[in-house]
Amino acid sequence: MTSRRQIVAVIISALAATFATTFPMSGAGAAQINVAVAANFTEPAKEIAALFKQKTGHDAVLSFGSSGQFYSQITQGAPFHILLSADDVRPKKLISDGLGAPDSRFTYAVGKLVLWSKTPGLVKDGETLKSAIFAKVAICNPAAAPYGLAAVETLKSLKLYEALQPKLVEGATITQAYQFVETGNAEIGFVALSQLSGNPGGSQWLVPQDLYNPIRQDAVLLKSAAGNEAATGFMDFLKSPESRAIVLKYGYVLDRQS
Amino acid sequence: MGGLPFAIGQSVLLTIELAALTTLILLLLGTPLAWWLARSKAWWKEAVASIVALPLVLPPTVLGFYLLVLLGPQGPGGLVAQLWGGRTLAFTFAGLVFGSVLYSMPFVVQPIRNAFAAMGDRPLEAAATLRASPWRAFWTVAVPLARPGFLSGAVLGFAHTIGEFGLVLMIGGNIPGSTRVLSVAVFDYVETSQWREANIIAGGMVIFAFTVILGMTLIEKRASWRHS
Repeated sequence: MTSRRQIVAVIISALAATFATTFPMSGAGAAQINVAVAANFTEPAKEIAALFKQKTGHDAVLSFGSSGQFYSQITQGAPFHILLSADDVRPKKLISDGLGAPDSRFTYAVGKLVLWSKTPGLVKDGETLKSAIFAKVAICNPAAAPYGLAAVETLKSLKLYEALQPKLVEGATITQAYQFVETGNAEIGFVALSQLSGNPGGSQWLVPQDLYNPIRQDAVLLKSAAGNEAATGFMDFLKSPESRAIVLKYGYVLDRQS
Repeated sequence: MGGLPFAIGQSVLLTIELAALTTLILLLLGTPLAWWLARSKAWWKEAVASIVALPLVLPPTVLGFYLLVLLGPQGPGGLVAQLWGGRTLAFTFAGLVFGSVLYSMPFVVQPIRNAFAAMGDRPLEAAATLRASPWRAFWTVAVPLARPGFLSGAVLGFAHTIGEFGLVLMIGGNIPGSTRVLSVAVFDYVETSQWREANIIAGGMVIFAFTVILGMTLIEKRASWRHS
């Protein structure tokens, strides 16, 4: 059943690819680039891509997932032009793998970790984690997503990791961790501050920066896209004041060095 | 690296447990359902049959999405979980069993229904003329005759639950020993670029699937050979 569905999917995507190359999105010099975006940056990326389209006419097609997933896909030849990672480790790795353009890497945002609950008043501060008023804490996979790693670092700094381990539930991405809390399946969870910028209510605690290593989110241009004007244009656009304003609006901090 | 065989072994065991329990429940629930679907003349029978068949067509993520809501504290699953002091059925083995039963139902019910339908009314009428009670006729005539259907239903239900992915990913929470089944483990290893581990499991599952298909084919061959 599944295999037949997959074969059909392959045929359809092959047809779609043929169609796309035969009839390009045309317009005067407008191009399409594929950007892999770490799940926590979903909302700002959409806004930036819309603005980018408005300014340049180029289409930035966004894919959302975990940084680890994208790293694996790119090493296997996934057709992305740019990776907006949730960490600086994977962009560095892509460069040392010979897949990323060495001088293209820069920090487009520094992420903030938040402990969040749907219930108003439930989360007050770090002490909340010591209480017994929750059965499950949602995080994202610490090995694949930096916000999960930051959550684990936070718990370790608070010396609560061992004790809370049986209560941890892992989402594949930060979006899934958010959903676990959103649907009430987990009472509390570690999410990105940017995810709460839409003001979903409940209660939250902005985890102090001294409890975890800064989440430096790096962008990298892939070597295969080095000559692609739209792709380099998007990288430059990420550094523009307009983009930076969007990044700040969603609760990220900007990197001092870049 | 010493933890590797343990982590994989744990997932193997968990997956087999889930598949076995799901198959058992489906045989218990599915048999009366299949019997009714095969023999009832109710006009709404096919509507029920269509509901049973839904997972064949629906993407597992659709089921996963509804289950995430249904199993949670605001849904009926939350009420059930309260029986043992829990808040949600997501992230629990019980939740996975519930999801798997829904997900694998057509794979068990369909073959049994077909087997019941194929044998027709004659054997049961013959049993009735010999004064067998319907209950006795069911156990001594219908069930033995439908054995190949039960066999393929059980094998398909088991194998399909082993291969379940989208559903577990969405409601499981990736907890070792309770929700981290093999398909999720493969996903996890690929996400974290642990190709060797992914390879071990994926390779094992290919061999398993091959064995199942081959076994099924042989069972069917034997059944048809016995009929002719």
